[in-house]
Amino acid sequence: MQYSTTQDTLVGLFVASGIAALFFMSMKISNLGEFSEKNNYTISADFANSGGLKVKSPVVVGGVRIGRVTAITLNPKNFRSVVKMSIEPQYNNLPDDTTASIFTAGLLGEQYISLSPGGSDDLLKNNSKIEITQSAVVLEELIGQFLFKDKDAEKK
Amino acid sequence: MTNIFAQLGAKTRKTFAKLGRGTFFLGFTLLGFLDVVLRPRLFSKQMFSVGVLSFLIISISGLFVGMVLALQGYYTLSDFGAEEALGQMIATSLVRELGPVVTALLFAGRAGSALTAEIGLMKATEQLSGMEMMAIDPLKRIISPRFLAGWVSMPLLAAIFSSVGVLGGHLVGVGMLGVDDGAYWAQMQANIDFQDDIINGIIKSIVFGFVVTWIALFEGYDAVPTSEGVSRATTRTVVSSAFSILGLDFILTALMFGDI
Repeated sequence: MQYSTTQDTLVGLFVASGIAALFFMSMKISNLGEFSEKNNYTISADFANSGGLKVKSPVVVGGVRIGRVTAITLNPKNFRSVVKMSIEPQYNNLPDDTTASIFTAGLLGEQYISLSPGGSDDLLKNNSKIEITQSAVVLEELIGQFLFKDKDAEKK
Repeated sequence: MTNIFAQLGAKTRKTFAKLGRGTFFLGFTLLGFLDVVLRPRLFSKQMFSVGVLSFLIISISGLFVGMVLALQGYYTLSDFGAEEALGQMIATSLVRELGPVVTALLFAGRAGSALTAEIGLMKATEQLSGMEMMAIDPLKRIISPRFLAGWVSMPLLAAIFSSVGVLGGHLVGVGMLGVDDGAYWAQMQANIDFQDDIINGIIKSIVFGFVVTWIALFEGYDAVPTSEGVSRATTRTVVSSAFSILGLDFILTALMFGDI
């Protein structure tokens, strides 16, 4: 049988472009390129209402993403939701009086946790808990409050 | 009355006989992979006719699917002022569904039907029997290299389809419609998960590649050795491939993404 080098070259090019496409998908399209969670440390926070927060929602400080939510569970004793976050290791200097709030990106955007560092000298360590939290704003509750306020005003 | 039952019985028996033949065929083909490793030339030749020759149609289709997704997605997303989510929408639909499914359908039409026709004609012209006469196992010599080539090509083609689609979406979304370049990539990277989306998409394309190649080769090998038989086998390849791809896609999607 006659073997042609051109054919082999084309097969080689095809396989190479296929692998390049797989690489492109992993690095450029997905989140694989941007971080590894190897050395991340975990902190948790209790919220009365975690709203539309989801696993993998971002955790930001001053608008910069420093980690993501890894688990949301309900504490069966006090019925508050416990949110666990994985924070990147280079941001290990958060003071232990940091406050955590749940905000929404835009009017209909996804919800995220915003951390506001306090002034304490002690730092948050692995598995430590944020004490001061502010729950998610639920749009329905907000509208409800406005409506009832209006009715109260009319009575007076 | 008994005639109807007899027909039903014959039909059932034939279906199961075919399934049984197909399974044995698959088993011996997989055993033949050992010989393919020893003779990589056979494999590379088939990679050319199955993979390289499908490259052009796959990449052009990917480009146009990506561009159309950008146009249509932009139309709906701009109603909500969420044009920035265009990249995410295009990448999710391509990586999860359209990449593997459309590639598999095109692959069945482009490479699958060619494989069936080739094997069927070999059978009709008694080339396979001729090989057996020379004590060459046609399953190892003819079928196994083609099977491996089809199975390996499919995930690569699906990856090319998705990547070219995302670039095509970029071309239309960022180039024509004025979506911000940074937002296009950033929204995509923030919302496409490597494990959930990319790996599951690749698993899908591997499964589809296996099924399509199996159907194509078996239909050819099992064809009635006449010109009409080969033409029917080719039709059956495309039809049953399409059914299996779409049915399996539903099952795989339900297993992978069902609990979200």
